Amino acid sequence: MTATRTPRATPAAPAPAVKDAPDARDGLLRRLRPATVPVAVLLVLALLPYSALDIPVLLDGPVNSPGSLQLFALCLVFGALALGYDLMFGRTGLLSFGHALYIAGGSYGTQLAMTELGLGLLPAALLTLVLGALAALVLGAVSLRTLALGSVGFAMVTLAFAQAGSIYVERNPGGLTGGEEGLPLYVDGVPDALVGVQNTVNVYWLALAYLVLVAGVVWTVTARPAGRVWQAIRDNEQRVAVLGRSPFAHKLGAFVLASSLAVLGGVLHLLVTAGATPHTSTPEFTLTLLVMVVLGGSGTRWGPIVGGVLFTYLDQRLGGWDLGVEPMLILGSLFVLAVYLAPGGITALGRRRNA
Amino acid sequence: MDTLVLLTLTGLGLGALYFLIASGLALIFGLMDVLNFAHGAFLTVSVYTAWRTAETVGGMPGLLLAAVVGTLTGLLLAAVVELVLIRRLYGRVKEQILVTVGLSLAVPALVQTVWGADARPFPVPDALSGTMGILGARVPVNRFLLIAVALLVLAGIHLFLSRTRYGLIVRAGVEDRAMVTALGIDVTRAFTLVFALGGALAGLAGVLGGLYFGSLSPHQGTSLLVFAFVVVIIGGLVSITNVALSALTVGLVQQYANYYAGGYGDLAVVALLAAVVLSRPAAGTGSPLTRLRRALSAPRTRSAGGTA
Repeated sequence: MTATRTPRATPAAPAPAVKDAPDARDGLLRRLRPATVPVAVLLVLALLPYSALDIPVLLDGPVNSPGSLQLFALCLVFGALALGYDLMFGRTGLLSFGHALYIAGGSYGTQLAMTELGLGLLPAALLTLVLGALAALVLGAVSLRTLALGSVGFAMVTLAFAQAGSIYVERNPGGLTGGEEGLPLYVDGVPDALVGVQNTVNVYWLALAYLVLVAGVVWTVTARPAGRVWQAIRDNEQRVAVLGRSPFAHKLGAFVLASSLAVLGGVLHLLVTAGATPHTSTPEFTLTLLVMVVLGGSGTRWGPIVGGVLFTYLDQRLGGWDLGVEPMLILGSLFVLAVYLAPGGITALGRRRNA
Repeated sequence: MDTLVLLTLTGLGLGALYFLIASGLALIFGLMDVLNFAHGAFLTVSVYTAWRTAETVGGMPGLLLAAVVGTLTGLLLAAVVELVLIRRLYGRVKEQILVTVGLSLAVPALVQTVWGADARPFPVPDALSGTMGILGARVPVNRFLLIAVALLVLAGIHLFLSRTRYGLIVRAGVEDRAMVTALGIDVTRAFTLVFALGGALAGLAGVLGGLYFGSLSPHQGTSLLVFAFVVVIIGGLVSITNVALSALTVGLVQQYANYYAGGYGDLAVVALLAAVVLSRPAAGTGSPLTRLRRALSAPRTRSAGGTA
């Protein structure tokens, strides 16, 4: 497949040279303009803890109360997790149902590296990241072989691996994972600045930093040649193979990168929720990520983030409003409706009306 | 010896349960390319309606009625989902999966809202709650019931596929849907039929699962579904007999590993899955020999006929 003798044809990339044609000052402005929205959003989010605004129904306390900040931090983490998941789903066309494995791996791995190996938070997280990336490499290579059933084979095999991880966590082997209870965050291994209610703001900023990191990685990589190949694989895999690029290698690359980001996200989830919960390992957890991505708009810059933040906010708040129904009933039904009524996700709604 | 007999029969019972779920999945996926995540949700709703029926009527008649009610629930639910939701999305495989994913999240939540999150005991009639002595092993009677029902279903599906007109359409549709449509046959009705049939099988599996586990909970269907997926991958979509053999293997491996490998039957099943996936030649490449032959023969690439 790979050794076709086609001349090196790079996948069609929009020629950026044309855009730079006007005079230098205009070019500089134009180059800065795409950055204005992200920078503005980042500024608002970074300064959020300095606001004592009280929003009656939407929030329980003022914006800078620990409870609200923890909610925001969780929303940001899920926004970032959804964006990382979209690297596979929306950008490469890979439907994985095993993302939770790496998130739970990040949570439990870091926690266990701190308690069992006596490492500090940073070395523990780095060790987990390396091990998680290796696991993703091996399991991804196995999962991507199943394409005899089409992309659905990949979906089912990743699901099976994640289910195995989930069962392992709930079995509580040797008292290691805490079973259904999960594990409370091992406070002694974590820097003081990240522990306690009064330091919630630091955890919030850390979550924001993680979102910035994921957005930076995803947005940068998808704009580079590798990202173009991913997009080409999503649109027509055979054509990519004919052009002499290996779809397998690129898909595996996307899988490992997304999984590594998920491992880091697991570390953040551990810190924000102050514990490792078995729920993060379940296939349902991956399904909710998929719902977030599709609700927000898959394959777009902001869609997955918006979807992740909104879904998490509703999931957390709907329970508190005491509606007498499970939040997932409302969110699942909303999702089914959205597939029909808003096929491009929430972020595409406004655009379509303008067009 | 008696342990082995007990494990084997229990494994066969579990395999029978997996077969009932996986056969519907395989038919739906084979014909319609829909990976039906809502299959577990159908099972969950069915087992709850069956449980209500069995509770109100009671005894053996209650269970029989429960089986009928459970099967009909699955059938109706699947038919409605197909007609209202899936039908609008023909040809859009990803959206179809997304809708079933949404259902798989919303329906268990609905069940949880109505009947609570806790597991409940499933009423097992006295005639089925005892054990039976076979080769020195005390085997729960309901295992035999599961195996018998699965065999009947296997024979039924086989007859349906090989002897009826719709079975013919389904088999042809699995093989090449475009050609069947081109011959002027309305495949959409076969779609609804197969989807409803799968739902009915899931409903029946729910009732039998209630007997097997002796309890029911809102997320029972979802966890069983994962193993049904494994069965479908290992068995492939070629024939319903392969699905049955694969279900049998998975059930047995799970039971043996649960006993001999310290309770890690679920992990053994996933390891089996990985082994099967790895031993199978990757799509489009063939065995190493055919790959070599192709590499040696000609520079002509395979891509000529490919139009996705």
